[in-house]
Amino acid sequence: MKVAVQVTCINDTMFPDTGKAVFTLLRRLGVEADFPAAQTCCAQPMVNTGYLDEAVPVVRNFVDAFAGYDAIVTPSGSCAGSARHQHSIVARRSGDARLREAVARTSPKVYELTEFLVDVLGVTDVGAYFPHRVTYHPTCHSLRMLGVGDRPLRLLREVRGLDLVELPAATECCGFGGTFAVKNAETSTAMGADKARHVLEAGAEVLVAGDNSCLLHIGGLLSRQRTGVRVMHLAEVLAGTEDAA
Amino acid sequence: MSATFVGMPAFPKAAREALSDTQLRRNLAHATGTIRAKRAAVVGEVDDWEELRLAGAAIKDNVLRHLDEHLLRLEKSLTDRGATVHWARDAAEACEIVASIARQHAVDEVVKVKSMATQEIGLNEALAAQGITAWETDLAELIVQLGDDLPSHILVPAIHRNRAEIREIFRSRMAAAGRPAPDDLSDRPAELAGAARLHLREKFLRARMAVSGANFAVAESGTLVVVESEGNGRMCLTLPEVLVSVVGIEKIVPTWSDLDVFLQLLPRSSTGERMNPYTSTWSGSTEGQEAHVVLLDNGRTRALADEVGRQALRCIRCSACLNVCPVYERTGGHAYGSVYPGPIGAILNPLLRGTGVDEQTDSLPYASSLCGACFDACPVRIDIPEVLVHLRAKVVDAHRSSPKAEAVAMKSASWVLADARRLNWAERGMGLAGRVLNRVGRKVMPGGRRALGRLPWPGSLWSNARDVPAPPVESFRSWWRREGRR
Repeated sequence: MKVAVQVTCINDTMFPDTGKAVFTLLRRLGVEADFPAAQTCCAQPMVNTGYLDEAVPVVRNFVDAFAGYDAIVTPSGSCAGSARHQHSIVARRSGDARLREAVARTSPKVYELTEFLVDVLGVTDVGAYFPHRVTYHPTCHSLRMLGVGDRPLRLLREVRGLDLVELPAATECCGFGGTFAVKNAETSTAMGADKARHVLEAGAEVLVAGDNSCLLHIGGLLSRQRTGVRVMHLAEVLAGTEDAA
Repeated sequence: MSATFVGMPAFPKAAREALSDTQLRRNLAHATGTIRAKRAAVVGEVDDWEELRLAGAAIKDNVLRHLDEHLLRLEKSLTDRGATVHWARDAAEACEIVASIARQHAVDEVVKVKSMATQEIGLNEALAAQGITAWETDLAELIVQLGDDLPSHILVPAIHRNRAEIREIFRSRMAAAGRPAPDDLSDRPAELAGAARLHLREKFLRARMAVSGANFAVAESGTLVVVESEGNGRMCLTLPEVLVSVVGIEKIVPTWSDLDVFLQLLPRSSTGERMNPYTSTWSGSTEGQEAHVVLLDNGRTRALADEVGRQALRCIRCSACLNVCPVYERTGGHAYGSVYPGPIGAILNPLLRGTGVDEQTDSLPYASSLCGACFDACPVRIDIPEVLVHLRAKVVDAHRSSPKAEAVAMKSASWVLADARRLNWAERGMGLAGRVLNRVGRKVMPGGRRALGRLPWPGSLWSNARDVPAPPVESFRSWWRREGRR
């Protein structure tokens, strides 16, 4: 099976450690994955803000970059959701039949990281070690658009040394929402402040999630409030081992 | 008593004011939290809930596909049973029809069954302009009307008020509208309800004309259906000599067996009850009562013409989407500037009014984080996030001739992200900035990463409340080229 990793634009530019962690993890599990260097972004920022014309060249680049792979793995529920549910809308709008066909071929091969680990590789114990008290925030697009269910929790429960504590009101949105965070900054912050409060109530040292965009928002609030709680992408937790620690 | 939504500011500004109202925030969080839990419990009892949702969506889709035929059938059944059917293209026409019926009967006051359609067309205000007083008889609508307030929820219009506020409204305003509140009125719910009951009874017994909406209209038998909790609706429907019902043209269900599906979906989704206390049905006119039905378009055919948006016409006004919406929970309903607030209002208002027409309406599709909780809760499976994104595209397209800063930013982003070489150059620039900022950035975030300071506009919209990590010195793709491939 030819596997590619879609690192995502936000991970590429702001959180390179998450991309590195995905490769570390996949290699440990015996998967030699590629990073197709032509990749950029899934086009979600344009689509969700209503700029469908502007999304067309970005989606075209996506399908070209990942043509020829059997599976495309991404450490983002949001970007996987975008590829699986929005690319067809953009392609239809473009009126380009070739693009429509390419999207129809590529979209179904996109997996969010935990789906790939649990469903394709069939593992929940990835041999990780992370001796910290952790709480998990299920990001909206993983939870509802993709329906990843308890896959992330099953993976976290197998991590050696990890003390998993429950997050109150876990399924409630953190308020990031892409450009919602700036277009409706006050409402977004009010939602994020409640999420940050719940993280503190959980008594965790580390907040883990499968989307760095949501963590950028929640982590930014936790840091501004000097809570001392750090945020971390799930891939980085799963990549950790006793040797590395 | 003539508060209106006309001239409300766009959502972000209205929301900002609501967010600073701590009483409102507490009232809303408490009320939505309670009803959310009740709904989840009773929905959980139904084994075939998903099949019911699919059936509800399918019945409504079928009605919308052949709406013309169903409407003609409904008109015929109603007329055969002695009702007079009127057609109204817009709010002004509908209000004039109701007012002219009142004039014909020399009526200067009407009692009302809670109805979204009559709120949508501003009927009370239109009647008042002709010297006709409309009395709301639903408890929550009464609270809103007495308080010169605006509704903030579809089902519970006074959700933003607590018991103490309601007591104050009753004590200070009831006397001017009829029977005053008792002097020793406390804020106990039973006493508040008792005061409202005595106040309203006077009106039920006096009024010669009533106005209602309808939750459903059964085409095969010409039956209108009103679902309620308090019994005030049944008083209005049965006592007066003249009954006028204003019904949106999308309210049709073809047969009684179709109605069965919705009478299961609606109460569990709206009030979190297995069954609502009162279901009233009437077909045409009954002895001693003259019945009129006003079939209302008011933008519904515009919504119907929108391929993606038309699913919003499946809405049965249960308000489950409001109660689960994290945005609604914090801003309340007034911020949406319409009698239809929350996620459904964010799509219904632009669909009924059109996009690119006014700033307030155009702000509504953006009043959501697209978290999807509304779609999960919707008993007729309206994919609200999908329609929101679709409407955002319509808003953007309507303004393409005069691009603003955002459009320029999106075009630039599109250009950079269409080609990995361009993104690579942009990241090199960020890497240089990162090298500098990682030296000078003073604040260290939990986990050890340096933070940027507060950013100038538009970055300030982010950095006013949140720390921003400094960019890394090296992007992932640059690392990959150097050593990722091994």
